[in-house]
Amino acid sequence: MASVALTNLDPASRAAARGWSDLTIRNMFIIPTLVFLIVFNIFPLIYSLGYSFTNFAANRSEPWQFVGLQNYRELLTDDHIWSNFVITAKYVIVSVAGQMIVGFGLALLLNRSFPMKGLITTLLLLPMMMSAAVVGLFWQLLYSPSWGPINYVFGLGDFAWLSNPDSALYAVAITDIWMWSPFVMLLSLAGLSAVPQHLYEAAAIDRASWWYTFTRITLPLVSPILLIALIFRTMEAFKTFDIAYTMTTQPTAELIAIRLYKQAFQQWDTGKSCALAYIVLIMVLAITNLYVKYLNKVKER
Amino acid sequence: MRKIVTSVIAGIGLALACGTSVRAQDKELTIFWAEWDPANYLQELVNDYTAETGVKVTVQTTPWPDFQTKAFTEFNAHGDAYDMVVGDSQWLGAGSTQGHYVDLTDFFNQHKLTDVMAPATIKYYAEYPGGSGKYWAIPLEGDAIGWSYRKDWFEDPKEKEAFKAKYGYDLDVPKTYTQLRDIAEFFHRPDQKRYGVAIYTDNSYDAMAMGVESAIFSYGGDLGDYATYKVDGITNSKQAAAGLDMYKELYKFTPPGWGKTFFVEDNQAITGGLAAMSMNFFAFFPPLVNKATNPYADVTGFFANPAGPDGKRFAALGGQGISVVSYSKNKDEAMKFLEWFIKDETQKKWAELGGYTCSQAVLKSEAFQNATPYNKAFYDTMFMVKDFWATPEYAEVLDQLNQNIYPFVVGGKGTAQEALDKTAADWKATFTKYNRYK
Repeated sequence: MASVALTNLDPASRAAARGWSDLTIRNMFIIPTLVFLIVFNIFPLIYSLGYSFTNFAANRSEPWQFVGLQNYRELLTDDHIWSNFVITAKYVIVSVAGQMIVGFGLALLLNRSFPMKGLITTLLLLPMMMSAAVVGLFWQLLYSPSWGPINYVFGLGDFAWLSNPDSALYAVAITDIWMWSPFVMLLSLAGLSAVPQHLYEAAAIDRASWWYTFTRITLPLVSPILLIALIFRTMEAFKTFDIAYTMTTQPTAELIAIRLYKQAFQQWDTGKSCALAYIVLIMVLAITNLYVKYLNKVKER
Repeated sequence: MRKIVTSVIAGIGLALACGTSVRAQDKELTIFWAEWDPANYLQELVNDYTAETGVKVTVQTTPWPDFQTKAFTEFNAHGDAYDMVVGDSQWLGAGSTQGHYVDLTDFFNQHKLTDVMAPATIKYYAEYPGGSGKYWAIPLEGDAIGWSYRKDWFEDPKEKEAFKAKYGYDLDVPKTYTQLRDIAEFFHRPDQKRYGVAIYTDNSYDAMAMGVESAIFSYGGDLGDYATYKVDGITNSKQAAAGLDMYKELYKFTPPGWGKTFFVEDNQAITGGLAAMSMNFFAFFPPLVNKATNPYADVTGFFANPAGPDGKRFAALGGQGISVVSYSKNKDEAMKFLEWFIKDETQKKWAELGGYTCSQAVLKSEAFQNATPYNKAFYDTMFMVKDFWATPEYAEVLDQLNQNIYPFVVGGKGTAQEALDKTAADWKATFTKYNRYK
């Protein structure tokens, strides 16, 4: 079927001179990618599923045993793990909501013409282009109660953002909002600029209020692309590791990815780590699926 | 097409073949260690070896938080990237039982190293299991927890007078933890941006555990019976809880935001003029006596970990031994290097460069003890050290300790007894899982 869609080779081309058909060329492009995907993605995925049912530990030479669902049972009844999930959920909600509000707000502000618009948009995109570890280390300095500018500017005195068990998680979320709002802004901006101008003109003639225009025209037309931003950011926030790991060691800010890292690469509990990774994967898939369902519904409208 | 593929494969093959043969000719050795000053001193030291023998020795480093992960990733993959590794004392269990380290028992006996190196360094950096007479590493860098303090604050007559009036005894270098606490409280003046004490609180690896265990050991507590793995009633003894309580008490007098601190922050507490006293491993003291890195270098003093209420006095052991990696292709060359390393003149040079030698002869020499303001305190400390678990599952055990004590010390949740009861229960479950109670 696919070959039907392909256009025929130009008989004068070098490929044709070598006797390659368009099918050969298609395969040459696709097969390396497929092989790469299978070897480095799909195979480890299946292999680790197998490991998740064993007590295999990568740092031990003793043979491993099949333990059935024991790893899953232990993980799902472990209070520590549940508290990690609760922490992660809080983090995802705060950081994604913050990014959506800040990002969409910025996009609304930028969606008009004013001097140096291009430069300002580019500058606003900078945080997203930095390495997360660098962002984490810089924000650690910004939050420092002894010499950090944040407490100085807001007059918070000695408030220890990252050492206070109650604020550490939110401090990390704020950093994440700073870093990733530009991503939401960029997508929203694309969505906003695609809204046909004549709708606004018609609304203006009808003397529709700003709020009415926003809720009846802007939001419905931008929502599919906003939902895509939401899906991406939720998945990413769920997997956050680097920023949180570099910024704080508070147990109250220990996201599930950090727990997974500790279990896999500090304690070398490989079997159990694989099981935990699968639990996380299933959760992310479930959440994403809900979004995608909703996205399709929105698109139908 | 086939021709091209064949020639590419042949080319790769040739390149690989050349690569290995070049390496064999040049004789290179790679030592893996963490990124800190002693690693630079070691590189300086081994340059002499290169000059003598023509064997190029490189000291490769990685930041502390990744050190354990990176080393064990390489071990588990049976990789030969490192010929020798200067590993933490806690790694001995995993290194020896999992076959990552070469057995150095014969080497030890042949060179009578038990008489050459300080006893504590052999017990904790080299021998596993404890008392077995089997050795896996040569003590390389001795280290333990010690303290630096602001001499000018301590010696100020006005402060001395005010201290005596408040506490009824003279302000001096603390001899007990209670005195340490009083002094910390006395100098804790947040309104003047001056704080009492800087301690370790980072729970991502062993920093906090080292600080806490120093207090627990001095209070007469223990982390468990390392031979029988018994933890009930030992890990959570009254003495251990009292030690942990004292650590929590000291946390009250730390600078603000002291929730993820290790050697960098604790030295900054002194160089930034923040704290009166600061805990740190001796290996991190050299920058404190250097005017370029510490504006208060002239007025910084050092003391050994104070005693607990019953006069017991211990300090957590840091430091590392050097082991030969069993997957190395240059094991013979590595053994030759070790023979050079244990020579008296090498050890002397090592100490002169700033390394903390474990050689008894050098440690006892007047020249060593007077070389720096902290060498005497180091010498005293090396005869009162105790270490953490060195069992192969130590990483799990360490994580469980961190999970239970961090919320208590930094977060103020629960009591010391509860934190240690939970730790003992977690440890018992872990040791049961690994069949330690046979």
